[in-house]
Amino acid sequence: MHEMGIANSVLDAIRTETRRFPGGHIYKVGVRIGELAGVDPDAMSFCFEALVRGTELEPLALEIEYCPRRYQCRACGHSYAAAREDSACPECGMRESQFLGGDELELAYLEVENGARAAGT
Amino acid sequence: MERVQLERKVLSENDRIAAGLRARFAEHNILCLNLISSPGSGKTSLLERTLDSFDRSERVAVLTGDIQTENDAKRLARFGFPVKQITTGGTCHLDARMIERALLDWRLDDIDLLLIENVGNLVCPSSYDLGEAAKLVVLSVTEGEDKPLKYPSIFFKSELLILNKIDLLPYVPFDIAAAEENARSVHRNMDIVRVSCQTRQGMTEWLAWLDRKREISRAAASAS
Repeated sequence: MHEMGIANSVLDAIRTETRRFPGGHIYKVGVRIGELAGVDPDAMSFCFEALVRGTELEPLALEIEYCPRRYQCRACGHSYAAAREDSACPECGMRESQFLGGDELELAYLEVENGARAAGT
Repeated sequence: MERVQLERKVLSENDRIAAGLRARFAEHNILCLNLISSPGSGKTSLLERTLDSFDRSERVAVLTGDIQTENDAKRLARFGFPVKQITTGGTCHLDARMIERALLDWRLDDIDLLLIENVGNLVCPSSYDLGEAAKLVVLSVTEGEDKPLKYPSIFFKSELLILNKIDLLPYVPFDIAAAEENARSVHRNMDIVRVSCQTRQGMTEWLAWLDRKREISRAAASAS
């Protein structure tokens, strides 16, 4: 279970980013997790909530975009999601594909409310 | 509410340290390999057989990771090569900083091949780059042949699959052809060797793979 460490890395990044928005509050963070990243989204959400609870980061939501394995056909160029590297292209039936993605573990975006408004409400 | 795009890796700090290690390994012409498997698949036994096969003049070193105990380092130290245990104290994987720290008092100029035995775990170690040239995954025939499908991340990221304990094949229902087919469905160009650390069957193929890898690494170093 390394989701705790990974959730912690996300929070470290948020603490760093907070400095870019003095007086603002980060309400939401978007994280992209690929099927091949070796990270379980449910465990990640659980750890994230546990780490945020009772800290200055509250309220902070986590939105996970789970990304399937994606390939591009070398013959016709069509991109598609598949669970096997040797899957046939749904367009042309060829089995010659190139890996496009599905191993990502990325911070995609933050949603920030500006300082003035956060302080006034 | 303002949305700010970030587009950066979650483990960028680990990746930064790993990139530093990779640069140092290149500078000192070190081939670094990261061995990963479930607990009990035979990483330590494979390393024992491997170290035993080397001439004592070979410049080989081992870092071995465990949650607790120095047992593996003791098993591996008797071959006379530098071995260091990394005890993670609960963490289920090695990360780049642990490797960096473990290397502090070793002279990198004295090492050609650095073998890292990760903590026994098929999931977590796959996320952490240690600066290695390649990850190797060990799967034993007492496990399920569907493991590559259940844990695709590590099979996708590993260059070589070592199918271990093949001496037990007559006694277990493991379908070795299906295991290889499953591994290649996740990672088409994966190299595969079948070994037994008990009978030493397949050790020649494994050592030949290692030699080839060392040769490629040396060629790349002399070209740069």
